[in-house]
Amino acid sequence: MFKILSKHLKWKQWLSILLSVGLIVLMTWLDLKVPEYMQKITTLVETEGSSMTDVWINGGYMLLCAASSAVLSVIVGFIAARLSSGVARNLRSEIYDKVLSFSKKEMKSFSTASLITRSTNDVTQVQRVIAMGLQVLIKAPILAVWAILKILGKSWQWSATTAVAVIILMSVIITLIVIVMPKFKKMQTLTDNVNRITRENLTGLRVVRAYNAENYQADKFEEANDKLTKTSLFTNRLMSILSPVMSLVMSGLSLAIYWIGASIINGAGDQMVMVDGILTPLKLVSFGDMVVFSSYAMQVVMSFVMLTMIFIMLPRASVSAKRINEVLNTQPQIVDGQGAVIPTDIKGEIEFKNVSFKYPDADEYVLRDISFTAKQGETVAFIGSTGSGKSTLIDLIPRFYDAIEGQVLVDGVDVKDYKLDELHNKLGYVSQKAVMFSGSIKENISFGQREGDKPSEEEIKSAIKLAEAKNFVEKKEGGIDAMITQGGTNVSGGQKQRLSIARAIARKPEIFIFDDSFSALDYKTDKKLRKTLSTKLSTATSIIVAQRIGTIKNADKIIVLDSGEMVGMGTHDELLRSCEVYKEIALSQLSKEEL
Amino acid sequence: MAPGPRVMPQKAKNFKKSIFKLLKYCKRHVWGIVISLIFAVAGTILTLIGPNKIKELTDIITQALPAFDQDAMQWVNTNLSVDLQAVTNIGIILVILYGLGAIFSFIQGFIMTTITQRLSKRMRKDITSKINNLPLSYMDSTPHGDVLSRVTNDVDTIGQTLANSIVTLVSASTLLIGSIIMMFITNPIMAATAIGASLIGFILIALIMRFSQKHFVAQQNELGAINAHIEEIYSGHDIVNVYNGKKETKKKFEQINKRLYVSGWKSQFFSGLMGPIMGFVGDFGYVAVCVVGAVLTMSGSISFGVIVAFMIYVRLFNQPLAQLAQAFNNLQSTAAASERVFEFLDAKELDDESHKTTVLNDAKGDVEFEHVKFGYTPDRVIIHDFSTHVKAGQKVAIVGPTGAGKTTLVNLLMRFYEVDAGKILIDGVDTKDLTRENIHNLFSMVLQDTWLFEGTVKDNIVYSKEGVTDEQVIAACKACGLHHFIKSLPHGYNSVLDDNTSISAGQRQLMTIARAMIEDSPMLILDEATSSVDTRTEILIQKAMDKLTENRTSFVIAHRLSTIKNADLILVMNNGDIVEQGTHKDLLSKGGFYADLYNSQFDKED
Repeated sequence: MFKILSKHLKWKQWLSILLSVGLIVLMTWLDLKVPEYMQKITTLVETEGSSMTDVWINGGYMLLCAASSAVLSVIVGFIAARLSSGVARNLRSEIYDKVLSFSKKEMKSFSTASLITRSTNDVTQVQRVIAMGLQVLIKAPILAVWAILKILGKSWQWSATTAVAVIILMSVIITLIVIVMPKFKKMQTLTDNVNRITRENLTGLRVVRAYNAENYQADKFEEANDKLTKTSLFTNRLMSILSPVMSLVMSGLSLAIYWIGASIINGAGDQMVMVDGILTPLKLVSFGDMVVFSSYAMQVVMSFVMLTMIFIMLPRASVSAKRINEVLNTQPQIVDGQGAVIPTDIKGEIEFKNVSFKYPDADEYVLRDISFTAKQGETVAFIGSTGSGKSTLIDLIPRFYDAIEGQVLVDGVDVKDYKLDELHNKLGYVSQKAVMFSGSIKENISFGQREGDKPSEEEIKSAIKLAEAKNFVEKKEGGIDAMITQGGTNVSGGQKQRLSIARAIARKPEIFIFDDSFSALDYKTDKKLRKTLSTKLSTATSIIVAQRIGTIKNADKIIVLDSGEMVGMGTHDELLRSCEVYKEIALSQLSKEEL
Repeated sequence: MAPGPRVMPQKAKNFKKSIFKLLKYCKRHVWGIVISLIFAVAGTILTLIGPNKIKELTDIITQALPAFDQDAMQWVNTNLSVDLQAVTNIGIILVILYGLGAIFSFIQGFIMTTITQRLSKRMRKDITSKINNLPLSYMDSTPHGDVLSRVTNDVDTIGQTLANSIVTLVSASTLLIGSIIMMFITNPIMAATAIGASLIGFILIALIMRFSQKHFVAQQNELGAINAHIEEIYSGHDIVNVYNGKKETKKKFEQINKRLYVSGWKSQFFSGLMGPIMGFVGDFGYVAVCVVGAVLTMSGSISFGVIVAFMIYVRLFNQPLAQLAQAFNNLQSTAAASERVFEFLDAKELDDESHKTTVLNDAKGDVEFEHVKFGYTPDRVIIHDFSTHVKAGQKVAIVGPTGAGKTTLVNLLMRFYEVDAGKILIDGVDTKDLTRENIHNLFSMVLQDTWLFEGTVKDNIVYSKEGVTDEQVIAACKACGLHHFIKSLPHGYNSVLDDNTSISAGQRQLMTIARAMIEDSPMLILDEATSSVDTRTEILIQKAMDKLTENRTSFVIAHRLSTIKNADLILVMNNGDIVEQGTHKDLLSKGGFYADLYNSQFDKED
């Protein structure tokens, strides 16, 4: 928590914190001044014959103190709001930058969902504590100490009573927290359970109905529901003790002070003391003390309650802070290459030289000793069962991961030597699951920076046409200016995939990479697209991962992967003759006579 | 309370109606609520009597205080003593009052907590049982996340806010009215002073609240916007990366981030104003009471105890006003949440079928479609006039491009959706005359979307079927080629499947096939596995499916050519409708849509 503060505050913000502390000290002084005037007013009212003007003057001073304290508190609130929101803003921005600089490895090790929570909820959590902390965390101890100092001299009986009240209250709060906290954690798992069963029921709705399993589901849910209800009943019932105890202690304390006060006043007898140069009966002084003391005592109790609350909040926030720090302290493994790239004449060439790869922390190699070359304009396809490593292989080209052994060369230069931007400018990548961003179709297709200018409207339209997306884009209201909603929910899976192919085409890359991008398309579109690639975009090299034999049958080179090893390379006809694995895959999809 | 980013309550479209519905739902707890409210009111009244007693206590003490005789210029009555007996008496009464107050308030809290928890439980239960009683047409058009959020978030909101706001409304109003009454009884002039002083403060607060409202709304919106943006960009991380889109997205992010910052600090600042203002209003009321009290005391019309009592009344009076404002805010959230819950609970359920007496226990498997007409929405008919006859034991393949509506036929067959016109007959009986439960019993279903739940392997395979022996389970798994794999799991058939179990897509599919085998119904619906399964498993699945289809009428949504070719009947679908039907040979020689589709898979580039 404090690490975050010390790292992310500029001197200006430190200054404003310092200013707040000063203001809060002043505020506390004013706050504690108020009861003094109260005392004076009380005495004045009590003393027959005091002038009304004195009451007015003291009342005026008291209001002045109260008003100034309120104004100071507003200023501190202003500083706290600006500061905490500012810190939150910077944190969000830094996390965002950091996450964008991550490679696939870091994304995987954190998981996207967790990174989202860290950038949003965790930041909000920290923001809240900073805002609270600036006001309460600083004020509560100052107030408590100062108020204690003020009352200590008055009467030990009163002080002892106040101490007892504080102890009772704090021990009740702490006992409750100790009992309830673990239950709260348990409740989270139980809620997750209820959620899980509901989600299971929702996703398996057809199965549930087809198997007439409605009652089975209901029983299962009832069990989870029961457990959740029982636990939350326990915690909530226990917590309902808190508020009555608090008010009991508070009112009890004022009563006790008055009760004790009665005997103190009695004990004063007819002694006289000097107050402001006037001989006053001790009884009267004690009475004034009593009224003031009860108000100070409240302040003391309240500040201890506030402190306790902070100590409940702080652990939660420090968990959040820790989670944020984890992200910020992670250094991305894949960074720009250092070596200056000497431009070569080679264009659109990819070469793998004895490449092996395993995921970090894994024992098994996913890819072993892969070597091949894709020349400009060639189509190289990868096929193999799930887990054979074909998508991983493709990930090495844009440097989502780096090869553990061997070299990946693009245009004759090791990919590690490129600046990432330069490398990416050569590639037109289409992912397995099409990604669309909220915004217009145009924005989506011209997405990202490239060497030259953004594509013109004409170029966008032609990319859409080449990607077989013209028909449905034209049908949309606004054409290429039509808006895509978040997650692309207003276009179908196949349409999304066609748009993401158009995005790759609009980039005019040397190399296309299709990571199983065709399976969301129907056979006809698949075929047309392949034709376009081999005719109109024939100068670009295509790297294709596919499931369907039909998609890759006509590739210049087909590479067959099995458990990370290259078990065959060649054309469709060659492989049918020479490669057992390829034949097996082909036979499962097509019949003998079709091959 | 301390300021913090506050969550704006969502507004209900119809506040009164939602609250009314919620209260009606609480009907069975009515006595509990009434009792707890009585305790709340009683506790409040005790709180109100307190200051009055403190006043008496103060008066007893002040009576013993010396006074300054202006004429004699000396202190008089210096040796009076406090009537300690009277102090003790009042003290004891107060202890009892405070004690009772605390006990009442605890009982009230206890009852209310119990009621709200039970209520939440019942709501959750009703929502889930509703899930299984709604037509699929409703469920298909409602996002899962939406239903899920009703089960958890909305029910939670109701649970948290309902008890709180009802009790606060009642006790705060009692406190407010009571303190006004008590103040006027004690002293009307002082009462007017105290109320007047507080009102000024509250007008101020009302103004600030009105002004700050828009910042809260803005903050909530920007928070939503930034969450959406972050989610989108993080999920599309690869694309942003490869397309060098960092600068572009960062620019957009910073725009939202800045707007969030501005609305954030503003809303926080304004909500932070409440505390100091409330504090000042309290002090202002105090001074006003003291000054007016001093004047009155000096003129001798009131005793000093009255001032002390009023110091407490001022606080008691300010407190419920703030509470009432908060309670109304809470009630807004309650209304919004309960509106969403009841919207779901009140949705039209499936027709009641308890009057249907026709029962088909063991069908041969003759299925006939007679002039079936159907559309998901009334204005868009997709199946226009479909008739066909499937003989018992035949294999029907349903083919068509992605999105052609192949599952529509399954939906109709299982009566997940009802036909608009025409009939579907099983063994000559109109499915409309059978209960859905009966129809479901006649079919086993294996879906492409392999659905397994968190539970043991055995639970997943047996599922809801009763009286299944372990031997049967093992036999089914052996038939599917799963037995060996299951044995290799740490606890065999009792291994729990959850997110951490590594189980491939193929194995998942095999388990659902085993489940269908255990179900052992006369007819079968199969949605074939996709290409995401590796070749060897695919062969295994194929074998298992073949075994399953033996001697059963089966409807297969086909993805594989081999399935299509040996089917007894092929139904070709496009744009939702059945465009062709016949055997593989017939259709190929016809040279229509099917032939085109079939050939496009493997023919040479032309």
